[in-house]
Amino acid sequence: MRHIISILLENEAGALSRVSGLFSARGYNIETLTVAPTEDLSLSRLTIVTSGSDEVIEQITKQLNKLIDVIKVVDLSEAAHIERELMLIKVRATGKDREEMKRMADIFRGRIIDVTESTYVIELTGSGSKLDSFIQGIDADLILETVRTGVSGIGRGDRILKV
Amino acid sequence: MTMMTGAEIVIRCLQEEKVDYVFGYPGGSVLHIYDELFKQDQIKHVLVRHEQAAVHAADALSRSSNGIGVALVTSGPGATNAVTGIATAYMDSIPLVVISGQVPTHYIGQDAFQECDTVGITRPCVKHNFLIKDVRDIAMTMKKAFYIARTGRPGPVVVDIPKDITAAKCKFEYPKEIHMRSYNPVVKGHLGQIKKAVQLLLGAKRPVIYSGGGVILSNASEQLTKLTRLLGFPITNTLMGLGAYPASDPQFLGMPGMHGTVEANMAMQHCDVLLAIGARFDDRVIGNPEDFASIPRKIIHVDIDPSSISKRVRVDVPIVGNVADVLEEMIKLLETEMPKAGVADWWKEVEGWRASKCTDYSMGDAIMPQYVIEKLWELTGGNAIVTSDVGQHQMWAAQYYKFDKPRRWINSGGAGTMGVGLPYAIGAQLANPDMPVVCITGDGSIQMCIQELSTAKQFGLPIKIILLNNGYLGMVRQWQEMFYSRRYSQTYMDSIPDFVKLAEAYGHIGIRVEKPENVELALKRAFIDHKDDLVFLDICTAREANVFPMVAAGKGLSEMVLAGENL
Repeated sequence: MRHIISILLENEAGALSRVSGLFSARGYNIETLTVAPTEDLSLSRLTIVTSGSDEVIEQITKQLNKLIDVIKVVDLSEAAHIERELMLIKVRATGKDREEMKRMADIFRGRIIDVTESTYVIELTGSGSKLDSFIQGIDADLILETVRTGVSGIGRGDRILKV
Repeated sequence: MTMMTGAEIVIRCLQEEKVDYVFGYPGGSVLHIYDELFKQDQIKHVLVRHEQAAVHAADALSRSSNGIGVALVTSGPGATNAVTGIATAYMDSIPLVVISGQVPTHYIGQDAFQECDTVGITRPCVKHNFLIKDVRDIAMTMKKAFYIARTGRPGPVVVDIPKDITAAKCKFEYPKEIHMRSYNPVVKGHLGQIKKAVQLLLGAKRPVIYSGGGVILSNASEQLTKLTRLLGFPITNTLMGLGAYPASDPQFLGMPGMHGTVEANMAMQHCDVLLAIGARFDDRVIGNPEDFASIPRKIIHVDIDPSSISKRVRVDVPIVGNVADVLEEMIKLLETEMPKAGVADWWKEVEGWRASKCTDYSMGDAIMPQYVIEKLWELTGGNAIVTSDVGQHQMWAAQYYKFDKPRRWINSGGAGTMGVGLPYAIGAQLANPDMPVVCITGDGSIQMCIQELSTAKQFGLPIKIILLNNGYLGMVRQWQEMFYSRRYSQTYMDSIPDFVKLAEAYGHIGIRVEKPENVELALKRAFIDHKDDLVFLDICTAREANVFPMVAAGKGLSEMVLAGENL
């Protein structure tokens, strides 16, 4: 099953490689990984999307907690949460495709943030599956380049991950 | 406050931590630190002949005493040579601080001479590691290193210090206390869980206690012994846990696992309640986890590391906490509230298994390795510190030397590192100068760190080396005999050195023993006549003796092959 694991860790050199190294050393998979400092610059917030049986996810959580630089670990997918991913996608936009691309971007509430005579760059935010749907919804031959940030997540309501 | 160099601060930190010995090898990046070592006499430096041995010796100091081993190596190859030692300590959760030199900060990443990414290379085999980039961070980092290494589930910590940082100056103040928001190991177990466990134990009809290295690490032998006697249950100690409960006691069933006794393995398989304490259900202990899990029994698991719990085997009552503290709580409950459970019928069954006398062996013209260990046990009254290398001799030592006390059996359990025996003996002897220290080894293993005979000479260590020489890499040969139709691929060494001459070349006494009737005499010569010398006993043993019982890899614990069975 797919899980979104949120981690608060010390914002120190090498801390990220301790986390990613743990995943490769123990054979856990990483679908996406995002990381950036929080409002407290001594802390980084990391979101990992992974999958595995309940036993595997339990081990992942325990092993992450064992890392000295890790302060807190939460499996966001255990309860109500919000997940978002940002995608920048560069597409060919010529002839009739130009209008079609604009329409698709509107349907998905995307924004066109760069325009040339023959291309658009569309910015799109949403769950990972929404971004997947957009990619599937347009002609694959028109995609020139995509870049995705990976999933960031936060708990709904009173669920707060803080030191 | 006067200004000090980084190197001076490093040494002062070690002094503050009451470190007696540093095991190491000098080199370019640690020259400043070695210079400061030279200027003081509180910390003694033990010059090894290879960095791997420095870490093993420091590791043995931790294992055989309550101290903490410290190793000091230079950058690049010094650090990479130390990796095997670090990984060995990591697998057995041994507290250790390894200080490595690094190229100057402005050279890092430039492929400088003797540069390597020490923090990157050691990351997967340390509890934690640090690269210090400011002289003002040395004191706090050293404090953290010792704190992390010792507390929680212990382990090795590497501190990598660039050369320019050891030359830079700042004021020195060693932190009195430490608080880390990201590291707060649990000590006390959950009382509700402990009560649940005690209820299960008291209702048990076929209980077994299975304890491991965690009991030794948490100095909980006394509590374990008390609890076991209060309950009257059979107990088995893993390879790492030998000595935690007296092996000569009738409640002791011997070691479980791949080369465990029939009674220990059968009791593990047929019990209704299994109390696991500071043990981790590893593959050499429980065999096939699916076979193990297929047997209905309630499992209580006490461990300081939550990730050890339900990692390989689902447990029913997990208790996260320091073993000594949890056992104290259990004893309190058992002493005040509860009656004793009746386990007489279960004991009858266990005694039935014990009657198979699975460790009996027959003597012929050749010296049986088991016999050597038994005689060694007799002669030393079970009071020696025994280190071993890895292989058949290690298993025979574990099976036939009855360890009655903790921290007397020093071996590489998790990593299975050949070559540890002699450096372990060096570390153990320095930490316990008044104890006899024996290294039981094989003709393969001893050659992996043989150069340390020179270190032992330099420091006048009266170690007794018992080489069970069968002219084979015996354990691998045994597997080839059993599973590869006796195709002895690369397990015969036809150019084994003359160990007597070799010992003599290093300035020690070498004695060769070729007949069973000479074993006792040779041991007496080593332990009595040459009490104060290092004696190397090259004992030529039965060439194709095997370690039994044996559970083949991937099999269930009940599927033991016994001595005398057709292979």
